[in-house]
Amino acid sequence: MNSNTTIEESSITQPAESAKKEDFDRHRPFRSSDRWWRKRFRFSEFLAEKLITGIAFVSFAVILLIFIFVFREAAPIFWMSYDDVHAVTEELQQETYTGSAYPEESVGETPERRSVESGGEGKATVENLLGFTWQPVSEEPKYGLLPLFIGSFKVTMIAILFAAPIAILAALFTSTFAPKWAKDVLKPAIEVLAGFPSVVIGFFALIVLASFLQDLLGYSYRLNAFVGGLAMSLAVIPIIYTIAEDSLAAVPKALTEASLALGASKWQTALFVVLPAATPGVFAAVLLGIGRAFGETMIVLMATGNAALVSAGLFEPVRTMSATIGAEMAEVVFGDLHYNVLFLIGSLLFVFTLTLNAVAEFYVRQRLLKRFRGQ
Amino acid sequence: MLMRSKVVGHTVVLVTALAAAVILLAVGGMMLNILLGGWEKLTWEFLTGVPTQGMTEGGIFPAIVGTFLLVVIMSIFSVPVGTVTAIYLSEYASQKSKVAQMIRFAVNTLAGVPAIVFGLFGLGFFIQFVGRGIDQLLLGEFELKWGQPNILWASLTMALLTLPVVIVSVEEAMKTVPRELREASYALGATRWETIQKVVLPHSFTGILTGGILAVSRGAGEVAPILFTGAAYFLPHLPQSLSDQFMELGYHVYIMSTQSPDVEATRGILYATTLVLLLLTFLLNFSAIFLRYKVRKRQTR
Repeated sequence: MNSNTTIEESSITQPAESAKKEDFDRHRPFRSSDRWWRKRFRFSEFLAEKLITGIAFVSFAVILLIFIFVFREAAPIFWMSYDDVHAVTEELQQETYTGSAYPEESVGETPERRSVESGGEGKATVENLLGFTWQPVSEEPKYGLLPLFIGSFKVTMIAILFAAPIAILAALFTSTFAPKWAKDVLKPAIEVLAGFPSVVIGFFALIVLASFLQDLLGYSYRLNAFVGGLAMSLAVIPIIYTIAEDSLAAVPKALTEASLALGASKWQTALFVVLPAATPGVFAAVLLGIGRAFGETMIVLMATGNAALVSAGLFEPVRTMSATIGAEMAEVVFGDLHYNVLFLIGSLLFVFTLTLNAVAEFYVRQRLLKRFRGQ
Repeated sequence: MLMRSKVVGHTVVLVTALAAAVILLAVGGMMLNILLGGWEKLTWEFLTGVPTQGMTEGGIFPAIVGTFLLVVIMSIFSVPVGTVTAIYLSEYASQKSKVAQMIRFAVNTLAGVPAIVFGLFGLGFFIQFVGRGIDQLLLGEFELKWGQPNILWASLTMALLTLPVVIVSVEEAMKTVPRELREASYALGATRWETIQKVVLPHSFTGILTGGILAVSRGAGEVAPILFTGAAYFLPHLPQSLSDQFMELGYHVYIMSTQSPDVEATRGILYATTLVLLLLTFLLNFSAIFLRYKVRKRQTR
């Protein structure tokens, strides 16, 4: 009896309740009272969000995959064993310089040239890797990375020494002194320069700049670190300029106005107030410029002569890390030690630029923000 | 004293102006040189012909088509993924969420990775891992179809390289969508996804277009990532399928200027090829700049 009434009650109240709900739903704009429809509707919303979030992770996944796969191909160096472990670092042997940017004529040799993977003793050829000779294609291959590193370092430094002052001064010019017409000319010019494909800059350096500079300065190798560095500065200027200009423009007006109100002239304000205030940003700009120059391939591949020398001379041909990968990877045997070493160079480049970017990003930007928000 | 300060002041201004002039001179000189050097050879026959005589004569048609195919396939991947990532960053993620910060960091990092490392990644991942994997599944151990350089892997590699370009550009455009519009949409009862579909996306269409164009311009100009993921030294025919190699303008410039048997003989067509590449990227960049300018104007209005 008791249970009967409860059933009755519930069967009575339910229709009433649902009627009330329907009534309510009918008066709600833009909502269907159909529950099935509403449920699917929410599901699509859920799906859209999850899908979008998932796809947004692609960038992250790519970074991770780059890490994994570039290192994976480099890793065998450290556990495979080779006969040529204790390759003695010999007297520096200059590669014959061919006068063109094409590295070695002998690169496209037969695969048999390296059949040394049989030996049992020794592991990583650290000694070999730290050597002063880069001769990957020879009877006794030498993978000394030092000349390549020195080459990259030299070209990067030359590029930065040209690009940084020019770009920073030009940025200072546009942000403080320049009349409007000068800004309207310079800014598009920078955008144009930023849009130059690096292969075009390399072409220009190779065909025009190299001969021009040789006539002007009279050095013996037409293609060398100086030409490469100078050409590279063209690729780096837009980066440094853009970021430096941004941070100069971000200096609070109050600072400049205070300086001007104290009787400082325009140039004094620019040099002693605006520039110091924007230092972290300018520093970040230079760091990013270094990162770009270090990793840039086509310009150095075409304009530096590509001979792996160890020297301090500005006008000697050099072979950079990136150019080595670009020149040799296409002709190398997959899975070969040479192949692995090229990937090792790639991972070094990757880690180096990553570190530079992270430093520029976190440390410097944070400091800049802190400074402008009042210590 | 005042006099000296004035002299120093003028010098400072002069030096900075000089730096600016150097940049202008470099840009102008480079453009003029390439324009004058390549103008004569830039004929219709050159644009539609096939390289002949060991690439010392003839045209660059296969390279133009190859470049076109490369950027089209690249855009098919990078524009949607980039747009969706931008939607996530601007619409879904809160500025302070760890996930959003992580993705943002990844995007910035991706933008800073050297192009040649992308090339290595394309070789190590797409060709050696994915391509070889497909081959082993479908064709057996020893046959190679996908496990070697081709236009698909080159385009995918390029798509990863251009992804940050799209993301940054689209996100910037989405920021210009007025908050009132979004709120009006929510007030009418639209859900978040509906708002994105009907309000945010149409409004930032120009931004997506700009991002796509910038990506294409970047992709057409980069050579390092395709050096060993699919570009061919010389192919008289056009790629027939995704597993074919292809010729590309930038790569063609590189090959012709560094490995030509006689640089003087090919100087004319070398300049003309460079000019074509340069004009192509300029055209793309200028349209992108124009579109961005329009977007910014709308923002300030």
